[in-house]
Amino acid sequence: MKHIRSISEIGKSGVLAIIDRAKQMAEINSRPIPKVPALRGKTVVSLFLEDSTRTRLSFETAAKRLSAETMNFSVSNSSVNKGESLRDTIETISDMGVDAFVVRHKSSGIPWQIEQWTDASIINAGDGAHQHPTQALVDCFTIAESLGTISFEGLTISIVGDIRHSRVARSNVEAFAMLGAKVILVAPNTLLPPDIDHWPVTVSTEIDDVIRETDILYMLRLQSERMDQGLIPNLSEYGNRFGLTEKRVAILPSASRIMHPGPMNRGVEMQVDPSLLSQSLIHRQVANGVSVRMAVLFTALTFNDDRENAIERLAKETAQ
Amino acid sequence: MSVAFRGGSIVTKDGVVSADLLVDGGKIAEIGSGLSADEVIDISGLVVFPGFVDLHAHLREPGREDTETIETGSRAGAKGGYTAVIAMPNTDPAQDNVPTIEFVRLQGQRAGLLEVIPSGCITVGRQGKALAPMAELAKAGVHLFTDDGSGVQDPLLMRRAMEYSKQLNVVLGQHCEVSALTQGAVMHECGCSSDLGVPGWPSLAEELMVHRDIELARLTGARIHFLHLSTAGSVDLVRQAKRDGLPVTAEVTPHHLSLTAEVLRGFDATFKVNPPLRTISDIDALKAGVLDGTIDAIATDHAPHSRRDKELPLDQAPPGMLGLETALGVTCAALDLDPLAIANVMSVAPARIAGIADRQGNLPRVGVAANLCFVDLNASWMVNPQTLASKSTNTPFVGRQLRGKVVHTMFNGNLVVRDGEALK
Repeated sequence: MKHIRSISEIGKSGVLAIIDRAKQMAEINSRPIPKVPALRGKTVVSLFLEDSTRTRLSFETAAKRLSAETMNFSVSNSSVNKGESLRDTIETISDMGVDAFVVRHKSSGIPWQIEQWTDASIINAGDGAHQHPTQALVDCFTIAESLGTISFEGLTISIVGDIRHSRVARSNVEAFAMLGAKVILVAPNTLLPPDIDHWPVTVSTEIDDVIRETDILYMLRLQSERMDQGLIPNLSEYGNRFGLTEKRVAILPSASRIMHPGPMNRGVEMQVDPSLLSQSLIHRQVANGVSVRMAVLFTALTFNDDRENAIERLAKETAQ
Repeated sequence: MSVAFRGGSIVTKDGVVSADLLVDGGKIAEIGSGLSADEVIDISGLVVFPGFVDLHAHLREPGREDTETIETGSRAGAKGGYTAVIAMPNTDPAQDNVPTIEFVRLQGQRAGLLEVIPSGCITVGRQGKALAPMAELAKAGVHLFTDDGSGVQDPLLMRRAMEYSKQLNVVLGQHCEVSALTQGAVMHECGCSSDLGVPGWPSLAEELMVHRDIELARLTGARIHFLHLSTAGSVDLVRQAKRDGLPVTAEVTPHHLSLTAEVLRGFDATFKVNPPLRTISDIDALKAGVLDGTIDAIATDHAPHSRRDKELPLDQAPPGMLGLETALGVTCAALDLDPLAIANVMSVAPARIAGIADRQGNLPRVGVAANLCFVDLNASWMVNPQTLASKSTNTPFVGRQLRGKVVHTMFNGNLVVRDGEALK
């Protein structure tokens, strides 16, 4: 597929194919010199118009390990600050001859808006509160790695926190449900989006009601500005009601796992030190980020090429 | 020079009748058969309507002449069959002072394509803090006062505005939006806004203000006109207020009769508008409101925006869409109205609300000003943004089949649009 913008656009077969490809990439990453020429001659532009460290670094590392050229564009040093429109920016960079844009923007929908201004592939690295498909792919890969299977049938995943403002939650709800999991959203009503009866989820407003049946406890970051917006009374009440406390860790089933997309708010949603938790998959999420994003870049950037050859080449490189 | 229109039919209070029509000296001189004149125009297949009256258009002059001018907006209106347009006051400077009001009217006269009628602000600078000099503006000819673009939030100030306006025999137009409930809103609050991860604009934000102003009308006896109603709940409130005999009127836009929030799924800001596009059940209720007379008028809320502004991210792009050239076609495609009902909602009722019934909004009869449009009610057509008269292209109706097309428009006895083309 040319663009990687949302889980629903990628579809179940696409999700499975990318996760499968990511296993090959993980193998490459385990080598002493984790670099292959698969995307030699391709140019990838990181267009991060909202602050991000881990996602940007993860994409850049992925591109470099596949031998793609990378260009970096961030707000602070860009002409966007001089009043240039996004369209002008996209068209100008496209004129330089690039193959993919990796885009992060604070507004929902940007990866769809810019499609009309470029022929390059568009990879969504997070748009507003809408989608963050590569995070969801990383999370599915990480769960699959932990379970030893990509089928999530029979699995209960509870996503806890600020669902309303979370692009990670929107992508993960779709991806987890697509792979067969039962998804429970846990949040106060003020942090749930309105009118989501059509989402493939059940909703709970008490973490303690669901924790005993949870196989994957997925904690979301709570931003302190939610307090100023009147969505929660204060951080301490939120932490007590929805945070991961030692008491809650203790009643979590022993085979259960804990995830968080980062960055964490310690003392708010994470009241325990996750590095001390044997159930934590948080480090695996970060480590797998590079492999999955390599798979994403490979998938999008071999779209126009002789795809079979590219895959065959990759297979040979992998086997070396 | 006299003009005879032959072979067509005319909307009368008893329905459509076949007749010729003679215009002389800016007025309808004769209605009959076999009429002749200096010029004879064959209008076989066309229906003669009173020129349409738009209660709600943003002509952007002064201030944003890059997106529309009074001349280009007038031309767009004339092509849409309009012979009078109320210019909304959210210009820069705002229409809260006599010189700006006079400038807008004069620019309309210079363009000479239709009557441009300036509305005035309710509050100074549309800031919602202090009353605009309403008596002075009324003396300068303003009849409709509104802060459109924003609602008057402060209930006390709104009460004062209604008490004050009652003595002046003018009408207040309210943009109903409790702004505290719509902070950052991009579209209707619904499952779709939740899917897209954008803040929603709940129906309640409109209905609360409709309710408040109905009660203020009950208290003060002042006239209130509700602009661009968009929700089923608003229609119910206005229906009950009318049953109670209160002096309220209401308008709906063609886009709120035809498009739902779902069109935003592609993140195209062309479809961003305020109030937002809502749901099928809202559309059904609005249609029922038009059919039973709860909603008096169809008004365009014509809102030109530059391509550059509409290419901003959806949450930053300004709300608004073009309407003047497509209003009839969209309305007739959405709603099965007989010609007399079309004349009522597009012309007669809006002229009455705007206080211009002496010269606009009269069903064709001998002696009235020749403000007319000639319509092919069966024409099926599609809009081409490249051939619009408007200076902007932000029409949401590209690719949609419209029904009913304005062929000629006559303003004060002069043909200003002929065969769909503006003559000046």
